Amino acid sequence: MEEALALVVGVLGGAGVWLVLRPRTFQVIMGLTLLSYAVNLFIFSMGSLLLDSPPIVAEGLPPDLEHYTDPMPQSLVLTAIVIGFATTALFLVVLLASRGLSGTDHVDGREES
Amino acid sequence: MKALLPHLVLAPILLPLVTAAVLLLLGDRRRRIKSLLNLVSTLAGLVVAVAMLLRVDAGGEIGVYLAANWEAPFGIVLVADRLTALLLVLVGVVGLCAALYAEAAWAKVSVFFHPLFQIQLMGLNGAFLTGDLFNLFVFFEVMLAASYGLQLHGTGWPRVRSGLHYIAVNLLASSLFLVGLAVLYGVLGTLNMADVAEKIPLVPERDRGLMHAGAAILSVAFLIKAAIWPLNAWLVPAYRAASAPVAALFALMTKVGFYAVLRLWTLLFSAGAGASAGFGGPVLLWGGLATIAFATVGLTASLRLGRIAGFAILLSSGTLFAALGVGKVEVTSAALYYLLSATMAVSALFLLVELVERIGNKGEELPGVEPLPAEDINLDDEELPLVGRAIPISLAVLGLAYMAAAILVAGLPPLSGFVAKFSILDAVVSSEGQGISSTGWLLLTALLLSGLAATVALAKAGIRHFWASGGRFVPQLKSVEVIAVLTLVFCCIGLTLFAEPVMRYTSAAAQSLYEPRAYIDTVLSMKALPRMEESP
Repeated sequence: MEEALALVVGVLGGAGVWLVLRPRTFQVIMGLTLLSYAVNLFIFSMGSLLLDSPPIVAEGLPPDLEHYTDPMPQSLVLTAIVIGFATTALFLVVLLASRGLSGTDHVDGREES
Repeated sequence: MKALLPHLVLAPILLPLVTAAVLLLLGDRRRRIKSLLNLVSTLAGLVVAVAMLLRVDAGGEIGVYLAANWEAPFGIVLVADRLTALLLVLVGVVGLCAALYAEAAWAKVSVFFHPLFQIQLMGLNGAFLTGDLFNLFVFFEVMLAASYGLQLHGTGWPRVRSGLHYIAVNLLASSLFLVGLAVLYGVLGTLNMADVAEKIPLVPERDRGLMHAGAAILSVAFLIKAAIWPLNAWLVPAYRAASAPVAALFALMTKVGFYAVLRLWTLLFSAGAGASAGFGGPVLLWGGLATIAFATVGLTASLRLGRIAGFAILLSSGTLFAALGVGKVEVTSAALYYLLSATMAVSALFLLVELVERIGNKGEELPGVEPLPAEDINLDDEELPLVGRAIPISLAVLGLAYMAAAILVAGLPPLSGFVAKFSILDAVVSSEGQGISSTGWLLLTALLLSGLAATVALAKAGIRHFWASGGRFVPQLKSVEVIAVLTLVFCCIGLTLFAEPVMRYTSAAAQSLYEPRAYIDTVLSMKALPRMEESP
């Protein structure tokens, strides 16, 4: 479980960083999106990783992280997703404006000569 | 009156939020009401901030607001201490001047200027007030989202181009923010700043490295916002391209990054932090020095006034971080005074950039902008009574204001820029005791050299704009614009005249930052209000 999650976060993060450093605006926005996925999964992993346990303290069981999932990272991720989605959408608008004004999809608005 | 303080703490967030909502509802047509509402609300924000400052200063009381009546480690808290109140007043002053200036022309360029402006103020105020790390992230995003809109205000290719970079950099910074936050939460199990500070000494040795890594990643997000070298290539083009009132407001945004580092560094890694005490101090010092060096070179190389103003922001950021990195109460106290003076001076400079560049371009009101909508298309016929009256002595006023702003930015006597720099230097020298260390010398040299570079750069630009054009074209200034600039300049003059009480205040603020016990105890001991009994 931990290994799989770590691999996913690593691959998403690595791909995101590589794409962000590319010269095309579309690549940059895809990179930012992948990075935000990686970050969201990362936040998620900061609560304990438990299968089949709800974020609710059950009656009769001691209220520690052996028996229930920490609800805090889940709520943080929810907020982070919403904010990340909104700002990425905003970035998309600017990207389109830049494409329209410059006629190229290079991040600097002109092709390297 | 005693019961007022908790609610007063909430007001700086609620007021702009409600105003923005009302402004959106008012729609497109009622421009005069919108302008008035924007100004009145910003002014009210300033009044609230001043009231809070007086209250907080009176007894050293720390105002705590428990959101939704949840006690500290579990719910979100808003905390107002001396530092917060001071910065809220600064936001109020600069915000009011920017709003006033925008009424001359810029507010009419698009419908959403006023709501965005208020949301930006809300984000700034919220970031200064909140006592919770994740809530800080949310207010950062509120502030940034509004700033993306404002930065693009007026459209045009330079704005879109630099806006693209600005947004991409800030989205990356937000990712880093979240990663740092998550690591800290993973190690400490809490996000409340006071509670985090309480838990730091208890971190087991094997987790200390992880905790330091989290704190470092988090601070990188703040350092990007505060434009520390080498994370600051985005700033100068973005601020240069932004419209004048927006750039003046943006001068505050780098200070949010500084505030976040100042607050968290002193809270988390002050003397009480056990093995982690002083973590990262040298990085702040050297980062600050490198930023000063970068800004000095940039100032010397710049010809356009807009770029000079951008590098002046970098200079102030670098000075603040270098002073903070010294890690002494007296130096931080002087740095807080410098923060007030430098922010207002750079804001004034940004407002002046546009006015000064009007000298010599005939009639063209806003260079580099799509033409304004014709008067009869979108605008009401009725204008604010002050708008549109040309001042015959405009050139003289402009010249004097420019000179004052230049003196302030460069830190020459007799204005507050000099007082601020001198007190930083004095604090560095006196706090080192007998011999001054090599970093102390380096800081002294950097401050003096950067002042020289700023003087030369501003004088060069001044000569080019005021004398080389021969005064042939008297710039058309509007009263509100002049009032806005002069208000900022007079605030700085006031800061010079009342340096002693202000310094006493900043010294008390710095003192309580380095001894965060009172802050932690006040926040964590704040009790929720008893549940309302249902009446029989």
